[in-house]
Amino acid sequence: MTAVDNIPTAEEPIGSERMEARRTRSVAIAIPVMTAAALIALWQIGVKLFDVPTYIAPAPSDIAYTLVDKFPILLMNFWPTFYESVLGFFVGNIAAILIAVAFVHSRMVERAFFPIAVFINTIPILAIAPILVLIFGPGLTAKVVIAALICFFPTLVNMVRGLQAVSPQALELARILSASKAEIFWKIRLPSSLPFLFSALKIAATTCVIGAIVGEWVGADVGLGALIIDATFNFNSPLLYATVFMSSGLSVVLFATVSTIERLVVRW
Amino acid sequence: MSGTAKISAAPTSLPAGAIAASLRNACVKFGSFTAIDGISIDIEEGQFYTILGPSGCGKSTMLRLVSDLIPAASGDVTIFGKSTEEARLAREFAFVFQDATLLPWRSALKNVELPLEIGRRRGVPIPVGDKTPRELLDLVGLSGREDALPHELSGGMRQRVAIARALVCHPKLLLMDEPFGALDEMTRDHLNLQLLRIWKETGVTILFVTHSIPEAVFLGQKVLMLQAHPGRLREVVDIDLPSPRTIEQRDTPEFTRYSAYLRKLLETC
Repeated sequence: MTAVDNIPTAEEPIGSERMEARRTRSVAIAIPVMTAAALIALWQIGVKLFDVPTYIAPAPSDIAYTLVDKFPILLMNFWPTFYESVLGFFVGNIAAILIAVAFVHSRMVERAFFPIAVFINTIPILAIAPILVLIFGPGLTAKVVIAALICFFPTLVNMVRGLQAVSPQALELARILSASKAEIFWKIRLPSSLPFLFSALKIAATTCVIGAIVGEWVGADVGLGALIIDATFNFNSPLLYATVFMSSGLSVVLFATVSTIERLVVRW
Repeated sequence: MSGTAKISAAPTSLPAGAIAASLRNACVKFGSFTAIDGISIDIEEGQFYTILGPSGCGKSTMLRLVSDLIPAASGDVTIFGKSTEEARLAREFAFVFQDATLLPWRSALKNVELPLEIGRRRGVPIPVGDKTPRELLDLVGLSGREDALPHELSGGMRQRVAIARALVCHPKLLLMDEPFGALDEMTRDHLNLQLLRIWKETGVTILFVTHSIPEAVFLGQKVLMLQAHPGRLREVVDIDLPSPRTIEQRDTPEFTRYSAYLRKLLETC
């Protein structure tokens, strides 16, 4: 009787299988790309065919032209929004994580502060933004705070759940090993909360951009939000659409970054 | 209704070997519910005990009592002469759960090393055996899978990692709560043989809860039969089968006789 019963099998001749997998993957990418291309083509044809005025709905070609032509202006307004979003992302999420740890550590703290956190979350961000601009002034700080605020609640709720999502048996194992509270936190609770944390961070990666833009609407002369307001009031629809495209591009970049980090960290 | 005759099962003749664990009229209560109502027994060092009984008889509760997971309402439990808490702090015993309870983000090897990390920074003296975590994985037949994450391993392999983890602090007493209950028959047979081999090689005392009569007979030197409502020790059955045990022994008349006896006993519990 041998003890070893599961030696990983050596490389089998699976060349065809791997090619099959690669083909499946390229089809999975091609289908949405082609669908999007077809919809854009339809839009282009529709606008030209029905002679829709540019200020109502610009053709994709007009937007593409503006995107290239006004790229320096777009980029100049992209960076402030980028900094506000990323700073807000870090501030909001770090605050949420620390408060979640405090909540899990002490039920008293949770009872005291969770209702307040819920209340703040129920205030529409558009209503609270002017207040924050009044408090922090028209500079960077107000936008960072608004972006942080919008990230805060989903991360808080998910992180609390994640820290509590430890199996009772894992805690019994910790007890049998006479683990300290700190050891349970660092070796069991924190790692097991990571999948929950990353779910929240992926939400935050897109909402922090919304927060920054809303902040810029209320009061700013640079940033994608300011540019959106500016282009709207000037009926410069191609610039408006190009700005919207840049904003959504920023969200996509942040989301992709968080997703990549998640794949590297959460391997289980 | 089960019989109410209380059979105190203190061994009639004390063996030469030391006592690994001793329960003296131990009771466990959950609120007003009495889970264990006065169990007294001496667990001899180096022996393999299996614990059988109907559901709700307090099999698991007895292991949890010994492992200091739950307190005794009354009575006395000692492990090598120490209180259960002292024994826990000194890592005298280890526990294997029904579910492997591996940390999913740690590789097989890292999971086995976990007990060595707990308390290291606090300067807690951690007993180590003569086998490294790697050698323990080899002992349970998992060499080559050190870096595999739990989700990459089968249920049987995960349970073997859990056994290796339990052995890493060189416990003198191994408490196992239906560790193979969720596995298929073939895997279970295979692991039963491996466990017997590990028991022989390490000389560890084993308390093994099961709900399978054949498993209890096959593994145990002694079978503790518990009865339910309230949980009490009904009888200690010595299994006098030749060692080392083999799968084929299960078809022998002696084995069948033990199984039949325990089955009848279980019906009255």
